[in-house]
This record gives sequence, structure tokens and C-alpha cells, in this order.
Amino acid sequence: MTYEVAIDGLTSTGVRNYRLELSRADGRWLCRLDGHEIEVDAVLARPGVLSLRIGNKAYEVRYERVAGEQYLWVGSARFTAEVRDPRSLRGRVRAVDDSGPRKLTAPMPGKVVRVLASQGAQVEAGAGVMVVEAMKMQNEIKSPKKGVIQRILAAEGTAVNAGDVLAIVE
Amino acid sequence: MFKKILIANRGEIAVRVIRACHEMEIAAVAVYSDVDRASLHVRKADEAYPIGAAAASESYLNIEKILDVAARSGAAAIHPGYGFLSENAKFARACADAGVKFIGPTAAAMDAMGSKTRARQAMERAGVPMVPGTSKGLESYEQAEQVAARIGYPVMLKAAAGGGGKGMRLVHSQAELKSALESARSEAERAFGDGEVYIEKAIVNPRHIEVQVLADEHGNTVYLGERECSLQRRHQKVVEEAPSAIVDADMRRRMGEAAVRVTQAAGYTNAGTVEFLVDQAKNFYFLEMNTRLQVEHPVTELVTGLDLVHLQIRIAAGERLPFTQEEVKIRGHAIECRIYAEDPDNNYFPSPGKVTLLLEPSGPGIRLDSGVYEGWTVPMDYDPLLAKLIGYGTDREQAIDQLLRALDEYFVGGIKANISLFRRILRDPDFRAAKLDTGFLDRMLKQRKTEARPDDNAAEVAAIAAGLFAMLGPAAASAGERASNGAESVKKDSSNWKAAARREAMQ
Repeated sequence: MTYEVAIDGLTSTGVRNYRLELSRADGRWLCRLDGHEIEVDAVLARPGVLSLRIGNKAYEVRYERVAGEQYLWVGSARFTAEVRDPRSLRGRVRAVDDSGPRKLTAPMPGKVVRVLASQGAQVEAGAGVMVVEAMKMQNEIKSPKKGVIQRILAAEGTAVNAGDVLAIVE
Repeated sequence: MFKKILIANRGEIAVRVIRACHEMEIAAVAVYSDVDRASLHVRKADEAYPIGAAAASESYLNIEKILDVAARSGAAAIHPGYGFLSENAKFARACADAGVKFIGPTAAAMDAMGSKTRARQAMERAGVPMVPGTSKGLESYEQAEQVAARIGYPVMLKAAAGGGGKGMRLVHSQAELKSALESARSEAERAFGDGEVYIEKAIVNPRHIEVQVLADEHGNTVYLGERECSLQRRHQKVVEEAPSAIVDADMRRRMGEAAVRVTQAAGYTNAGTVEFLVDQAKNFYFLEMNTRLQVEHPVTELVTGLDLVHLQIRIAAGERLPFTQEEVKIRGHAIECRIYAEDPDNNYFPSPGKVTLLLEPSGPGIRLDSGVYEGWTVPMDYDPLLAKLIGYGTDREQAIDQLLRALDEYFVGGIKANISLFRRILRDPDFRAAKLDTGFLDRMLKQRKTEARPDDNAAEVAAIAAGLFAMLGPAAASAGERASNGAESVKKDSSNWKAAARREAMQ
């Protein structure tokens, strides 16, 4: 498999894109990162926890998925990762499949202060759909995928709880 | 000894008390609200009873419902934990009337200590050192102005019924006094139904040091050393330790003896805590008495080798204290970090939700008192304390190093936790030098983060791991997601051959 991996979380450089080739032969992983061959030995210790040996260096990488974003933790450093399969017809796949309707949920209790997209509107992945304010802080709730806003479930001024479904993108 | 105890609480403290019950071969009865059916304390208990809606007033604060469960279950005693009904004299009285032993002080002792102004009056009589100020509620703005002028600015306005920083205002000059008094009064009225406010001289950059006391019902009272609780945010403790780096044997004895006088003056029994403010010249002043088991009690347990919950239960059962003051020894150093479900990158905003991945630290010197488990959803209805991580070492430096190591092992996924805050605190040069006061944390948080920036190498590791997780599919990424939304993930992964291909890829 060949992936394009976008990693965010490096304070200095912003998003960094990698081209990652992964395949399996004779019980070993073959890994090329931006064309350079890297010796990788991976064991899934338990769901969400990958024990990696890169050369002889050992890493425990933890996986977390929150509000449509996937995070990878290497030690105490947290990275946002977006994985695309350039061969895929849909153009983008995340670790979890993107087909079917997706819910946009409130990440925290607060109040909807603006609805940015109307029902039936076309949205790109990452486009802002609404703004939720909590303790005077505004948080843009973004569409997890490209699609059509099927329903808007919270009007401006509505108080919402964490996890409440705000909109559905099909 | 009691055969059965009801725990009128939830979260980590309910689990803590249930554990003590089981160690003493006492059956533990849990109560839970509608959103707590799946909570850890229900899983650990021997019996569990629903007591109503999520709102605490409908459940954990509802005296009638809790006493009804006590009667139905045949519990002989009630442990209130901390918070909720733990310092409610009306509840203690209702327990006594119902013939159930309240594990804590008597209602009368709570009344004496529950009002901060009445406590001040009692302490004045007992000769306990106090911060200059009024021991009665302020009658008028004019009186406030006079007292403030006499004791000198800055002054602190405090709610008589207060706690947790509510109804509290720091006033730097006369110009601010009037509006501060009005807002303190209305906040106290809203929070406690009692607008009584009094005034104290504000001690600049004080330390907050408290003394643990235990009193049996036969007139024996002991102190168990102090806890340094100066690291606070919005008047809530964040890190606590025992012993305090500035308290030597002589000061410990003087503070302890003052705390025992406070305890005896109130006719207090069971476990309690006497809080002191300590100024830069190490003068200590009585602040208030907390008539409950404290959140931070484990640090005292570790340095004294005593189990406070066991002792609370024994005292409530009428036993005598099994040791004397001379037998109490302080050994080693313990530090507690309060792990909260809150977002350090978003102004410590509460972050309830589902815990999708939980990796808990262990090993030498580490104690974890936790109320969560993987797959559980932290409800938004209560205090967001998830767990208490406590390090215990030969000395302060070793305890800090153990905690830093444990924090690296600790991982809470799916919700935000304040773990990174403790990395910052424990690495801070002033913290390591024990230069602490109640303004420490606000000052530290104003500074820019100096945490080591992730390097390119770690980013490459993350990129490789991201690709591996993508190849392995959703089941490899998260146990929590699969366990709770099994049907959904099957539907998403409708093509079986794709799943088979993934499995092959991993072999």
C-alpha cells in the first residue's frame, strides 16, 4: 500500500506530508518513507497501542480518535494524522471508512452561536459547519468529509451538551 | 464492627471506601444516579441501588432517598466521602435520627465548624492564631470600610458558609471594596443560600498548609502531620504533598498542637483537617476546619503508614485510637496529582466523554486511586476528577521522579486529561526547589510552555504508525469503538474480503 500521510503537531513547521509505502513479505514489514527504506518491526500490543521497533529504537505509539480527528501519541507528543490512499477512487480514506452519513457532534457543552452551512449545502472536508461557544471561547465544528449537509439539528442560540449531534453530513 | 456500610458518593472516593470495606470484611452498598449505572463504584460494590436523576439534588444530595436505601439494605453506617452530603449537618442529624451511624463528626461539631464566622469565634476562645479580621458577618459597607482600614489592605472577603472559592474576593484598595462586597454577597447567596460575608487581612503569597487530625469518641485526639496544598487554581487544589518542605519538627508540633486545640474546642470526632495559611515568616494562622475526609488524604496515609478510611470506620464503630501521638512517625515523601477530565490546551475546560483507551501507570512508589475504566463515559454532571496519582519516595526528589515516570506511562484516550499540566509543574525549577505559594500556578500558567517540542523523528514515527493503523483497520485502532458500536463497525466494513485482506496483511 502507498499512503500520503499528513502529520500536524510539529510546532515549528506546521503540517508535514510524507509518502509512505508499506508492504508485507516473509513475515516482515517493508517500509519506505519519502523513498528511504526504513526497518520497521510492528506489534499490535492491544487495540490502540502499537509497539514499534525502528532499527533498534523502541516506541510505544497510542492511537486516539476524538470528534472526527485521529491522533497519534509518541511519548508525550501528540500528532494529528490524516492518511490518504492516492489510488482510492474516493481520493481519501481515513483509518475509519468515510462512506455513509457522518454525525457532527459538539465536543464540549456550550451554545451554538453561528450556523455556517445550510441544509442541502455542499461542503468540503474540513469546512466549518457551525460555531459552538463555551466559556467565551468559540470552536468551529468542521465537516469530517466532503458531502451534502443532510440535516442541521441545532439552531443558533441552542444550548448543547458534549456529544450532542449538531448536523449530519451524507 | 459494622456488617454493612452504605457509601453516599460516587467516583474515585466511593471506590476508595468500598475497598476499605472489603479489606475489613464489611459489605459495601453503593447508590447511583441515572447516569452512573455503569460507573466503577457500582461495579465494585456488593449491593447497588438507583437513587434518581443525574442532578445531584435528585440523587447524591437527596437525604430521604439515601436513608431509604440504608433502611432497605440494612446498612448500619453511612460513609459520605467528600463533597455532596459530607459536611451537611442536617444529613448527619437525619442519620442519627434514623439510627444509622454517620461516619464523620457529630452534627453539633459540624455546625460549630460549618460556619466560618462561628469557627473563628470558637478558635479565638481556644487561643488558636488567626488572621486579623472580623469573626462576625459584616453588617454594613461602612463597617467593612472601617475594618479594612484598621487591618490594612489588601483584604479578603469571604462567605461564612463558603468553600471552593465561592463568595470570595481579594480587595486591593478601598475603591474596589463596595462592588467586591456586593458581588461576594450575591455569589454567596446564590451558592449557599446565605449571604453572610466577613473580612480578613489578605496574606500576600501565603502557603496553604493543613493538618490532618483524628479524634475517637473517648476523648483521644492526634495529629498526623501536615499537607502542603499551595498549588491551587481558582482556589481548587491541584497538587498536594506531605510533608511540607518548610515545616520542621518544631513547627509541625506547634501546628499539630494548635490543630488538636481546634478539634477539641469543637467537640470534634473522627477524621478532620485544620487548614492554616502560612506567611513568608512561617507564621501560621487558622483558616478553617474541613469536617470530612479530604481528597488528598492518601499523601498522609503514605507518609504515616496509616489507613485513614479504616480508622474512620473503627472510630465510628466506637473503637479507641489504636496508637498515641508519640507513635505517629512521618517517613518519606508523598505527592498527589489530581487527574481531571479537562483540556490543558483549552483553558482547562471540562472534557467529559467516552474513555476509548486507558493505560494506567504502576510500579515502585506509585498509587493510583481511580474512578474510571476504559469504555466508560465520564458524565458531564459531576466534578471532572478522574483519578489521583500519588508518588511515594524516600525523599521529595525521588517522589517527583517517580511521578514524572508514571505520567509517561499514563494515557487517557478519547477525552482530554490534564496530564501534561503535571509534567510542567513537576519540571518547574521553583517547584523542584519547593518555592511554593498559592499564586504559583497562576504565575506558571502565564508563562509560555517550555515543554520539549516534538522532533522530526517523532513525527516520522507517527507517520509510520498512522499508515500501519490505516492498514490494520478500525478494530486495531480502538477497542472502545468496536465494543460499543459493534453493529456500526460491521456495517462500515461491509466488504468481507477487504477485512480478510487486512488480516492477511498483518500475518
